[in-house]
Amino acid sequence: MRRLLQCLVAFVAYGTIAGAQPGVRLGLMYGEGGARPGIYVLPVAGAAGDSIRAIVMRDLDFGDRVTVLSKNSALPAPVGAAAIDYRIAARLGINGVVQIGPAPGGVSMALYDVGGKQVLQRALVPLPAATNTAAWRLAVHGASDLCEEWISGTRGIAATRFAYVADGRIWLVDSDGANARAITTAGRALSPAFRPDGQAVVYATLEAGGSAIRVADLRGASRQVLEPRGLNISPTFTPDGVAIAYAHGDDFGTDLFVIPASGGAPRRISIGRGTDNTSPSFSPDGRRIAFTSGRSGRPDVYIADEDGTNADLLAALSSSSQGYRSSPDWSPDGRAVAFQSQLAGRFQVMVISLRDRVVTQLTSDASNEDPAWAPDSRHVVLSSTRSGVRQLWVVDTETGRARQVTNMPGARLAAWSSRSGS
Amino acid sequence: MRRDIVLAGLVVFSLSLGACRRKQVPVAAVPLTPSTASAATAATGVDRSQFLRDSIERARTDSLARLASTGDAANLRTALEAAVRFDYDAAEITDDGRAVLDAKLPILRTNMSVRVRISGHTDSRGSDEYNLALGLRRAASARKYLSDRGIAVDRIDVVSFGEERPAASGDDEGAFEQNRRAEFEILSGADALRMPR
Repeated sequence: MRRLLQCLVAFVAYGTIAGAQPGVRLGLMYGEGGARPGIYVLPVAGAAGDSIRAIVMRDLDFGDRVTVLSKNSALPAPVGAAAIDYRIAARLGINGVVQIGPAPGGVSMALYDVGGKQVLQRALVPLPAATNTAAWRLAVHGASDLCEEWISGTRGIAATRFAYVADGRIWLVDSDGANARAITTAGRALSPAFRPDGQAVVYATLEAGGSAIRVADLRGASRQVLEPRGLNISPTFTPDGVAIAYAHGDDFGTDLFVIPASGGAPRRISIGRGTDNTSPSFSPDGRRIAFTSGRSGRPDVYIADEDGTNADLLAALSSSSQGYRSSPDWSPDGRAVAFQSQLAGRFQVMVISLRDRVVTQLTSDASNEDPAWAPDSRHVVLSSTRSGVRQLWVVDTETGRARQVTNMPGARLAAWSSRSGS
Repeated sequence: MRRDIVLAGLVVFSLSLGACRRKQVPVAAVPLTPSTASAATAATGVDRSQFLRDSIERARTDSLARLASTGDAANLRTALEAAVRFDYDAAEITDDGRAVLDAKLPILRTNMSVRVRISGHTDSRGSDEYNLALGLRRAASARKYLSDRGIAVDRIDVVSFGEERPAASGDDEGAFEQNRRAEFEILSGADALRMPR
């Protein structure tokens, strides 16, 4: 047990270093036999206390880095650190205790190290006065993310959103599945992608005479970037947020272009020679681009320099692949690309490590498509038919654990916002 | 497409195995090695399913050609609006597609004010985004066929809906086949269609 506790302390001490190295696998290195720290969230006082506790416990659980001990009610609510019975807590398998309480302008939050018998971290988290609003929930998610950073060294991903397509419209939903709302009206909208600051979404709309590219803010106020002339699809922001890459099609095939987000002249970045090139995704430094191309005769995923030169097949063909691979998404830490590959007639989501080009199959249950990375470069949102109809699911690439996000048949083509969307 | 043929072959192969059993002919008595047997039966399967498909398509395209040459305005319209079908993940005009497009040519030549919009569609198997590009390639391919034969390009708009507007629902080959298509919509000049001479 002592070693476990030392680990927890080491964790927190390591936190600042790990913060600069996203993707470091601290969570699984914890304790003996890969055990995760057991975390207990004390009951929260105040009118919205129960809601706060429920949200934080669920966020920590969804983060997949700690074990949330929810059934242990034996701990007395402490007044100060001295009131926590560390001995009983340790016996219950609790490594850390989270204490949240009302404070002027928000809540105070503290993390107690059971092994060290002391408070490790303490902070005041501002919350909007109106409880249970979207802004309030997002602020509580922010508290969860801070708490996860205290514990694991890596900031959580609860204060994020998904943008996705259902019923021809673009929807936003909070990371925990709450607060789903459409930001476009009826039509045929597709392929949302967040601006890096998380405050706007670019998407395509199919109209009678062609398809357009539009940008909408989170309340749905939108402007047209490209008019519906020819095919304009699969838009994505460049990592600096100043430009939009997309696929434009005409009689001579479909190629990738980049246009300033404020409008202007498109610049061509792929020379497909009459083939189809779609679904661009940038490396975080913006210098490389992954995309789907039919240049070899069937759709496959390629990586090229940002100007379209030096295009290479991303993954060698394997005997199990029927040779239809598409829809790449580059992880925010730059180390991996998720994509979909047709196996036995169905798409499955794969992850390729760019360091050694090892491909890992992430899904196998029903059909799984449209992967998009979380800001932690560990979780992936995808559309899956595993419940019978297409819905958004989040899959943890470390453990394979999956959870359903949406309850909206046909939900697909999801994007995951940055943490700065909070 | 190749997979479809092989599948059809396998179906025929297993059907013939079933027939053998009914006739109490032991399978082991077939004097062919298993691989030769399946290859031979698969070849027959290709012929038979292809024949079936061809005859259905021929009936359809024959009637379209008849409509175009003998029908009234409503029939001309039907021929103009007839959809062109495509093979899996392909945008090349097939023999059947050629017949459907050929039936439109005289109508388009006679009725110079007619403008059409071709919309390309795909089945639901590929990626949503890539299928939009494939749908456009199908529409463009149909337009090129017509423009290569003298129809002005500016009389034909092209657009793609990928897999977003399926003609048939379902996850079977029947639905897939109906959904891999280019649809024709008359934008103008449909009110007084004249018969080709």
